[in-house]
Amino acid sequence: MNIEGRVVYHRRFADYAAEAPATMSQSFAAPPDTDAPLVALRDVSVRFGTQTVLEEIDLALRPGRILTLLGPNGAGKSTLARVILGIVTPHQGQVTRRPGLRIGYMPQRIKLDDSLPLTADGFLALGSAGATRERRNALARVGVAHLRRRAVQQLSGGEMQRVLLARALLRKPDLLVLDEPAQGVDVAGQDALYGLLAEVRDEFGCGILLISHDLHLVMAATDDVICLHRHICCSGTPDVVSRDPAFRDMFPGHTATNLALYTHEHDHEHDLQGNIDCAGHHHDH
Amino acid sequence: MIIELLLWPLLAGLAVAVVAGPMGAFVVWRRMAFFGDTLAHGALLGAAFGLAFGLALYPAVVLCCLVLALTLVALQQQQHIASDTLLGIVAHTTLALGVIAISLLPGVQVDLFSFLFGDLLAVNGRDILWLWGGALGILLLTVLNWRRLLSITVNEELARVEGINVTATRTLLMLMLALLIAGAIRTVGVLLITSLLIIPAASARRLSRTPVQMAVIASLLGAFSVVGGLALSWFADTPVGPSIVVAAATIFILSLALRRN
Repeated sequence: MNIEGRVVYHRRFADYAAEAPATMSQSFAAPPDTDAPLVALRDVSVRFGTQTVLEEIDLALRPGRILTLLGPNGAGKSTLARVILGIVTPHQGQVTRRPGLRIGYMPQRIKLDDSLPLTADGFLALGSAGATRERRNALARVGVAHLRRRAVQQLSGGEMQRVLLARALLRKPDLLVLDEPAQGVDVAGQDALYGLLAEVRDEFGCGILLISHDLHLVMAATDDVICLHRHICCSGTPDVVSRDPAFRDMFPGHTATNLALYTHEHDHEHDLQGNIDCAGHHHDH
Repeated sequence: MIIELLLWPLLAGLAVAVVAGPMGAFVVWRRMAFFGDTLAHGALLGAAFGLAFGLALYPAVVLCCLVLALTLVALQQQQHIASDTLLGIVAHTTLALGVIAISLLPGVQVDLFSFLFGDLLAVNGRDILWLWGGALGILLLTVLNWRRLLSITVNEELARVEGINVTATRTLLMLMLALLIAGAIRTVGVLLITSLLIIPAASARRLSRTPVQMAVIASLLGAFSVVGGLALSWFADTPVGPSIVVAAATIFILSLALRRN
């Protein structure tokens, strides 16, 4: 039934597209294409003051796929996420969001003033109007049911992250954005986390954007990878990316077995610790 | 008559105290005590304008506070000057300008003392109507926008991602605060307003487990402070505004003694 529906729907879509002038093809008010990107960035650049933080970024987030942004500290990962979230406005380029897009966002950490008496449950209630039972289930799902009545300020970093994830899930998001979800979580916890994300993706059919500077488990959990260092150094499936010289420069410990033929034009240097020296547009050695 | 002597000041003080509860809670949560101070200082400039252009004094003060609040919200969007520096500059510049403007106006005698420390005993029935009208208006807006207001207080980015218009909500909060401050000048005066916002909220913190509880308890403690201050003033013949602040501070000290589980 599902398949039939899709066939009919595609035919109608095609008919409509045939009738519509070519220039309108980007802005259909009519049926949402299930494969249409949730958020698409075209040629996006961001500057803070005179400093360019992101350069010429093209990417698309699609329903049902997990995309991971990898990159060292200061690569602009969080800024890129904030462009996608609509918090930061790029100074150049286009950001297109699917109309009515519901986003769930798990920031790296949030700081609450001690003067605010707020329990984890009260914190969840701020994100979406729903029954207490739903909030309890959401907390149970991320494994912190026992923290429901705990003051938010008393939660540890890892506990707070789970509460933030619960708040994002309660919104039944089309797109879930997680900033460094694995930070401060042990390997077993990470494993569970990525398992949960895959589950959530299947359940809601939502797109997921992960931000990480750590790659071990991420590479197993993700569908697509983008290596970011101000610009997109390389992108593709984990398999492809891990063979890319740009990726191996960024994560020298993570050796790929195959030498790829693809070469990447680089305008920055990598030192032995894997830190990238981006000041070096003009190399003086 | 005793009614005019005690009941009017009591009703006026209660109108301010009840609104100061939730507004004070937001001031404490968002750490914007200095913002309230700045608005209060600017109110004197509003009074000067009112006198200069022949407007009624308190409408001019209200207008000035609202305009100043909008200006501050706009100025705080920029990144060049730190927020507290900016507020310090605006607060004392407007205060200085207000004093100069008043001194330049020919033939005008302004009771600066009542402006700085309140003149609650001078309110009349009409003032009461205005104060309660404003108070109920602010309370209604606060209740209607409660989740939004609280959400941007907890985390603005999260609120934005969840579809809340952060700038509009923040502006609403600032305007409500400005309105309250303009009204509260009557009660405790320019110099003591922030105390009426902060002290009951700080006392309520130790007694509450949810934001709503804290706002309501702060309102109640503010009301007790007004009653206590008026009583002190009545029996000991002390100035009303400062007496209310002393009563609020006494309640705060008592609240410190209470242990929260």
